[in-house]
Amino acid sequence: MWTYEKKLQYPVKVSTCNPTLAKYLMEQYGGADGELAAALRYMNQRYTIPGKVIGLLNDIATEEFAHLEMIATMIYKLTKDATPQQLRDAGLAEHYVSHDSALFYNNAAGVPFTAAYIQAKGDPIADLYEDIAAEEKARATYQWIIDMSDDPDLNDSLRFLREREVVHSQRFREAVEILKDERDQKKVF
Amino acid sequence: MTKPLPKEYYKQLEEIQTADFVVMELMLYLDTHPTDQQAIGQYNQFSQYSKQLKRAFESQFGPLQQGSLNPSQTDWAWSESPWPWQV
Amino acid sequence: MKSQQPFTSAKSYVPPHSPFDPCPPIGRKYYSTPPNLYLGFQPSDLPQFSPADALRKGTLWKVFYDYYDNPYRKGAGKSRD
Ligand SMILES: [Fe+2]
Repeated sequence: MWTYEKKLQYPVKVSTCNPTLAKYLMEQYGGADGELAAALRYMNQRYTIPGKVIGLLNDIATEEFAHLEMIATMIYKLTKDATPQQLRDAGLAEHYVSHDSALFYNNAAGVPFTAAYIQAKGDPIADLYEDIAAEEKARATYQWIIDMSDDPDLNDSLRFLREREVVHSQRFREAVEILKDERDQKKVF
Repeated sequence: MTKPLPKEYYKQLEEIQTADFVVMELMLYLDTHPTDQQAIGQYNQFSQYSKQLKRAFESQFGPLQQGSLNPSQTDWAWSESPWPWQV
Repeated sequence: MKSQQPFTSAKSYVPPHSPFDPCPPIGRKYYSTPPNLYLGFQPSDLPQFSPADALRKGTLWKVFYDYYDNPYRKGAGKSRD
């Protein structure tokens, strides 16, 4: 089970009223390489992976949910006070007619989240390589959002999230090293 | 807007975020380095420190965690204090 | 922090540009090659940031810190502090 703490992992500040940034951030909310996809992917893979690396998948998945909450907070802050006109100017008219300013699990282009974004192959190496790729793709997405954003405070939080992907990728690479280690293995052939 | 929160709220919250970040980093590190004694020691130290900070925070600003003691006999404090996306 | 790393965390290349391409050439394209590509299995006792800096930078260990800024903006540079 999980328990909730009433705090974000890292302070989220947004300094400019620019709802267009909310549209970009949706890529990391309900997009293929977003935080929801990451959290669900690792959480689900942990059941069928060798015990030595279950803890890592469990703990990174938990951290990804904290990142999802940070992204949600950014989108919420950028859209909650926006008028329909402001949302239209931000390219969010289609979002508004379906959801008002409610958050929705879709990507920056409005495509709804699908479980087909994430894989569980049951092969530990295949799954961990997917996880490493997922971290690098999330890192790249944060870079492209930072490139599009002029908000210094928002970029500060996005840089934190990008750096976390670097660390996660490192840990998944170590997990591969653990699983391929030759020590105390009996020959099976 | 509702009444602004005191500076102290943000300061103490960030101290908790700081301690918990060290805990989280060491947790991931220990997941792949389970016999690093120094890291285990540092993990325990920061885990304990974080609990102290949270107790002090909760006594002033209300419960931070599910399962924390409710400070009042008559009012349910959990739903009174602000949610993370509202501050 | 002056980097003593034996690698750089960003690379670039010049994409081809034909006289019949409609836009002026972008010049260089940039991509990240962050520290996790080089470190291998993390050794013990690597230097750490102070707790406050660790939160700000998003990593407890200095070796992983990789500041990113838009490389296409005029005057953009790697400001590693
Ligand atoms: Fe991640």
